[in-house]
Amino acid sequence: MSPFLFWVFALMTLIFGAAVVVNRNPVASALSLVVSFLGLAALFMSLDAFFVGIIQVLVYAGAVMVLFLFIIMLLNLQAEERRRINWLAAAGGIGVAVILLVQICFVIGDFQAAQQTFPPLAGSTDDVWNIGALLFRNYNLPFQIVGVLVLVATVGVVLLSKREPR
Amino acid sequence: MDFAFVVTSLLKIVGILVVILTMVSYAVYAERRVSAFIQDRLGPNRVGPAGLFQPIADMFKLLLKEDFTPRSANTFYYWLAPCLAVMPAIITIAVVPFGSTLFGVPMVIADVNVGILFVFAIASLGVYGIVIGGWASNSKYPFLGGIRSSAQMLSYELSLGLAVIPVFLLVGNLRLTSVVRYQIEHGWFIAPFVGDWTNPWKWLLAIPMIISFLVFMIAIFAETNRLPFDLPEAEQELAGGYNIEYSSMKFALYFLGEYAAMITGSAVIVTLFLGGWHFPGIPDGSHGWIFGLINIAVFFAKVAALIFIFMWVRWTLPRFRYDQLMRLGWLFFFEIALVNIFLVAAILPYTSRL
Repeated sequence: MSPFLFWVFALMTLIFGAAVVVNRNPVASALSLVVSFLGLAALFMSLDAFFVGIIQVLVYAGAVMVLFLFIIMLLNLQAEERRRINWLAAAGGIGVAVILLVQICFVIGDFQAAQQTFPPLAGSTDDVWNIGALLFRNYNLPFQIVGVLVLVATVGVVLLSKREPR
Repeated sequence: MDFAFVVTSLLKIVGILVVILTMVSYAVYAERRVSAFIQDRLGPNRVGPAGLFQPIADMFKLLLKEDFTPRSANTFYYWLAPCLAVMPAIITIAVVPFGSTLFGVPMVIADVNVGILFVFAIASLGVYGIVIGGWASNSKYPFLGGIRSSAQMLSYELSLGLAVIPVFLLVGNLRLTSVVRYQIEHGWFIAPFVGDWTNPWKWLLAIPMIISFLVFMIAIFAETNRLPFDLPEAEQELAGGYNIEYSSMKFALYFLGEYAAMITGSAVIVTLFLGGWHFPGIPDGSHGWIFGLINIAVFFAKVAALIFIFMWVRWTLPRFRYDQLMRLGWLFFFEIALVNIFLVAAILPYTSRL
């Protein structure tokens, strides 16, 4: 992919990521996050990681954010729009973000591999097959444990949300 | 990236866009004629021969109508929503192979290795158009329609995703062109007449494939908000649903989105279960450009036949109640699709033995 497209999608991800925080309307924030996810997915695809990119769209932009939007619309949060901006908190948030950015710059500066370009991968790789093979061969046990964990969480949610019979 | 690739891709994109938009406008016309035929009426037959210019007249009518924006609506999102409803439906067609080859150029816009996941990912974005439209109208019936739609589409995406797993258990690859190639060699999934069709295991395998096909097709009905699952726009309950506050071309865009989703949904069904552009006895495009054209024609003929079934169902079945719809999706189709996967996995080891 050309560097031009990289900059377009990187800017899209960052600008809409900032819009999530800046927007006062919760629905607008949620939609900005969706666009940010789409930009991120495009960046993954530019690295030939089609599977990761498309899962990013399918799971986060398509399912998780629809549920978010669903809840936000049902609650109809209008108090957020009327609340006044706490400038001290905003300054604190920006400060933390700047510190994190500086740290990342230092780490990347020290990391040798980040300063050289890698040769493109030889031949075509089927990333779906590779991820499947890794998950079900090398990391089968952790994968199963995560599955049980998710199942436990689901059962817990059902138990909590179920009404007590009277 | 060479020049020929860019030019052929652009030609394919423009060509498929023209074909899809024409099909959408004539699908609306066909819907009215089919409904009229089913209800023993005549339908639109005044504009042009047999009413064939009706879509053009409809388009002018919708363009010339007053474009009204309610005062209480959230204007930006109110304008954005109809566009969001159309785009995903048309983007999906990019990964669907609509023909073999024409002058050596493969007739698919983007043959990505995650084909079916791309279809699901883009289809899952289709819900935003309806939800945002319902919310931005700032009116209670559109809002209810939007909420219904998001719940319905999320629920049926599960059965949609589970129903295609048997297909990819057989093919072993997520590319949609591989699905078509597999069906050329081994016969269509729901009717394996091609190849070693005397093999009884293959016919046993066709049973779960037919279940898969039915679940997938019904889930597509729910995903495209078509009757008997058109709860987001149930006229009797919601006075029209998410699009009440929309007028003129914005309303038409919602209409266009619904029909485009129906066409791309049919195209995906044809590719996954009905052999794509393949028809027994017709060679592929490498034998001459005339066969390439015939392959494309076969594909669109199959899509048109499925669209006719969509309309037939719409004008035959009554609408489900909302709780029935949810129960059907979660307690019936979800389980059937899940059991079906195990069924296919159990049969699969025996098929290669005979």
